[in-house]
Amino acid sequence: MAKHHVSAVINGEPTEFLCETQQTMLDVLRDEIGLTGSKEGCASGDCGACSIIVDGRLVCSCLMLGCEADGTTITTIEGVAQGDHLHPVQQKFLEHAALQCGFCTPGLIVASKALLDENPNPTEEEARYWLAGNLCRCTGYDKVIRAVMDAAAVMRGEKVA
Amino acid sequence: MTKVVITGSACQRFTGGRTELEVAATTFRRLVLELEERFPGLGKQVEEGMAVAIDGEIFQDAYSAKFSPDSEVVLIPKIGGG
Amino acid sequence: MNYVSSDLKVVGTRPIRPDGVEKVTGRAQFGADMRMAGMIWGKVLRSPHAHAKILSIDTSKAEKLPGVKAVVTAKDFPHIANEEAFVGEGPMNFRDLSRNCLAWDKALYEGHAVAAVAAATPAIADAALELIDVNYEVLPYVIDVEDAMADNAPVLHEDLFTAGVEPKPTKPSNIAKVVTFKKGDAEAGFKDADVIIEGRYTTKAVHQAYIEPHACLCWHNPDGQVMIYSSSQGHFMVRAYCSKLLGINIANIRAVPLEIGGGFGGKTLVYLEPVAIALSKKAGRPVKMQMTRDEVFRASGPTSGATMEVKLGAKKDGSIVAARQVLKYQAGAFPGSPIGPGCMCGFAMYDIPNVDVVGYDVVSNRPKVAAYRAPGAPISSWAVECALDDLARKLGKDPIEIREQNGARNGTKTHYGPTHQNIGFLETLKAAKNHPHWQAPLKPGQGRGIACGFWFNIGGESSAGCHIGEDGTVVAVSGNPDIGGSRASIGMMVAEVLGVPAEQVRTIIPDTSSIGFSFLTGGSRVTFATGMAATQAAERVVEDLKRRAAQIWEIPVEAVEWKDGKAYPAGSNAGAFEPLDLATLALRAGRTGGPIGAEVSLNAQGAGPGFGVHIADVEVDHETGAVKILRYTAIQDVGKAIHPSYVEGQIQGGAAQGIGWALNEEYIYDKNGKMDNSGFLDYRVPVASDVPMIEAVMVEVPNPRHPFGARGVGEVPIIPPMAAIGNAICAATGVRLHDLPMSPPKVRAALDEVAPKMAAE
Repeated sequence: MAKHHVSAVINGEPTEFLCETQQTMLDVLRDEIGLTGSKEGCASGDCGACSIIVDGRLVCSCLMLGCEADGTTITTIEGVAQGDHLHPVQQKFLEHAALQCGFCTPGLIVASKALLDENPNPTEEEARYWLAGNLCRCTGYDKVIRAVMDAAAVMRGEKVA
Repeated sequence: MTKVVITGSACQRFTGGRTELEVAATTFRRLVLELEERFPGLGKQVEEGMAVAIDGEIFQDAYSAKFSPDSEVVLIPKIGGG
Repeated sequence: MNYVSSDLKVVGTRPIRPDGVEKVTGRAQFGADMRMAGMIWGKVLRSPHAHAKILSIDTSKAEKLPGVKAVVTAKDFPHIANEEAFVGEGPMNFRDLSRNCLAWDKALYEGHAVAAVAAATPAIADAALELIDVNYEVLPYVIDVEDAMADNAPVLHEDLFTAGVEPKPTKPSNIAKVVTFKKGDAEAGFKDADVIIEGRYTTKAVHQAYIEPHACLCWHNPDGQVMIYSSSQGHFMVRAYCSKLLGINIANIRAVPLEIGGGFGGKTLVYLEPVAIALSKKAGRPVKMQMTRDEVFRASGPTSGATMEVKLGAKKDGSIVAARQVLKYQAGAFPGSPIGPGCMCGFAMYDIPNVDVVGYDVVSNRPKVAAYRAPGAPISSWAVECALDDLARKLGKDPIEIREQNGARNGTKTHYGPTHQNIGFLETLKAAKNHPHWQAPLKPGQGRGIACGFWFNIGGESSAGCHIGEDGTVVAVSGNPDIGGSRASIGMMVAEVLGVPAEQVRTIIPDTSSIGFSFLTGGSRVTFATGMAATQAAERVVEDLKRRAAQIWEIPVEAVEWKDGKAYPAGSNAGAFEPLDLATLALRAGRTGGPIGAEVSLNAQGAGPGFGVHIADVEVDHETGAVKILRYTAIQDVGKAIHPSYVEGQIQGGAAQGIGWALNEEYIYDKNGKMDNSGFLDYRVPVASDVPMIEAVMVEVPNPRHPFGARGVGEVPIIPPMAAIGNAICAATGVRLHDLPMSPPKVRAALDEVAPKMAAE
């Protein structure tokens, strides 16, 4: 069975890869391209650990086929920081200790970035509902939400980073 | 002689149901050996399956844990964790 | 305890963890992220039956499939006699563990591993599994604990006879053991009581539900040496268990700890590693294995479901004079539920003169139970804390005051024997009573509940060290995988002792060949025990640094003191020398005797227990039965918070797991004994919109046995939530729920049951 040849822009880099029909975008990121930051927690779209942004839209990469990436622009966790310049969400996660084991963290950060790209001034409730698709078993979400609200304030220019 | 209290049934089956014993031992190591002499099988059970609480402080896997005749010595099942 | 709280410069602050940046940028390597050239993929064939004899397994067709490199069954594992072998990891029945990794003569639960393949791609491995022919003789199965105890229940093990009963039984049973704890005379106590409260409570099996499935990469070298890359709660445990199960010398195994994506007790044993090693040996290639989420639920240990009866007897003035509990815990397919701690923890917080507890460890056709955060305690406290609430209500007493009245304090004798010393229960209760949450007004239809929890915490064997780099910066090494920020805490304790800023110390976790043995990461022990080892290692380094300064200054070593990262002459008599800092001394390490570093291995004793009190406010939707948590406060005696953010994190995370256990989580079985809800959609763990902010209040009653006064904190917080919420629901609706989870259909049904009575009143 011939593989598909796919071209996409991933984290700002034009990228080409080969994949089988049944390989999900998550499989492709992890096994073909070597971007293992996106995690498999369930492979059924329930946990959000595989979250990526495709053409501006937050997506579970386990629910997308690799060949569907053709012609798209994708951001994964590896593309959230700019060089060694952390994104405010990443910085605030560190300051607020919003991670313990760190496994759900890539998905949460991508999802939080997508939230703030769309809604720069979310209420706590809006943030909680947006992130309800990202399961965390370690933190109880308290410090995660604080980090996101704090990052939002920084991005709105209301406080210094 | 020190009074040793044995709670739980894991050890009591070796002692014929007795829950209190007087021992000459003053360390956990000596206690294990003494119990094994008096009730074959009990020493091994205590060494591998029990913790010893001496005056309320729990010692696990410590041959050198020591006690004196006026110490409160209680054998309880070993504690794990998650 | 050596270090006075008021003098601390690093311990107690909140620096950013040293492994933080790699975690927020997706660079950290977890169990499934590891790759090796020539790697092939392993997959497991699992029993579709809850209980069946395995008559034969034919792997020949699978072996012939192009791309398949190896197939293994239990026959590829050495046969282990029924022994409780001690391999430095505590009593573990290795025969049972071996049979759990790959079934021997019986499939004991749906999902039980019966064979495994390794192939060039995951797709080929999946196809190969389909070609393995297993000949089963399906047997009747049993799931529920009381069903499994019945006389006519299908028996799982013909060689299992109930321990703890006299005379010794001759008929095999599913009751693996009976444990009893007695204090005083409960019968007489109940006769003496003015008020009796009785209740029957049940819980369902719940899973630790770590977001990272089990995963490993193993390579069995042709010369017999083995590399294991896996995430676990103890790479020394992984090494030990693989050594025992496969008959490999410990020194020939090198287990490398990858980052672990949650464990909570569920990763304190092995499932995949021994299988991957066996496959690798046959295939001559590195083998990567990872569980799917479905496999995690079906085939890795959840905790017990249970049935309990509790009875309390009290005088009119509120003093509890007698208590009884009967606990029946599911062990899963092999003996070993946490019935012991369950029996000990329920009443451990209270000073009761007459207590009688009986516990049963019962096997049934479901996955072998694994540890889950304070194993056994959340279950028994669910019953006790609800009953205590009912008692308070019956006597017209405040629920905190009745606990203060009967609460354990230093000198209280427990029902399992030892006398409490250096505990902080009353302080924790007082902090709860004085907290604004307890006094905050409630709107009509809202209810408030409180509940308490106790856990022993353990110490154990740990190794840690520190090495001074030639520029004076420090590498700290810890023998324990970091689940919740222990790298930060250990680095901070080392920095404090050396007198340098936290940023000057980096903590790493070496593989099993590069550091001394360390027991599991679990039991709330790492900050306590490994922290103790790290502190002692740093203290040895300080003594060494003083000796070197003395040599440089040509004065006696007693005349040197170490403060704030520098050696000083102690007093003007010693001489007018400029202080020597760590960098200066490090540069001259060779000339003053050699590299500067120390590693300490110890068996830490004196882990102090922890107590927690949680307050929950809820609102119940009478139409749907949904329970909304409005406000949640978790108060806990933490001894001394080394890094307060990570201590708060443990409290908040444990509370959230308890909230899930209370309101939604359960294993649901279909009529064939198969799990119906083996995914995160229907096994519903709390999501961000389910919980409010969880306020973590840290009470510090120092543990005198730890250099900084620390107690373990990770496990206590999962114990109170279920009863706190059950008590809050009772306060809000007048309805007492006895069965977990208190999911909407159950709550609605309970409300409906009393509605006609209430309407009639």
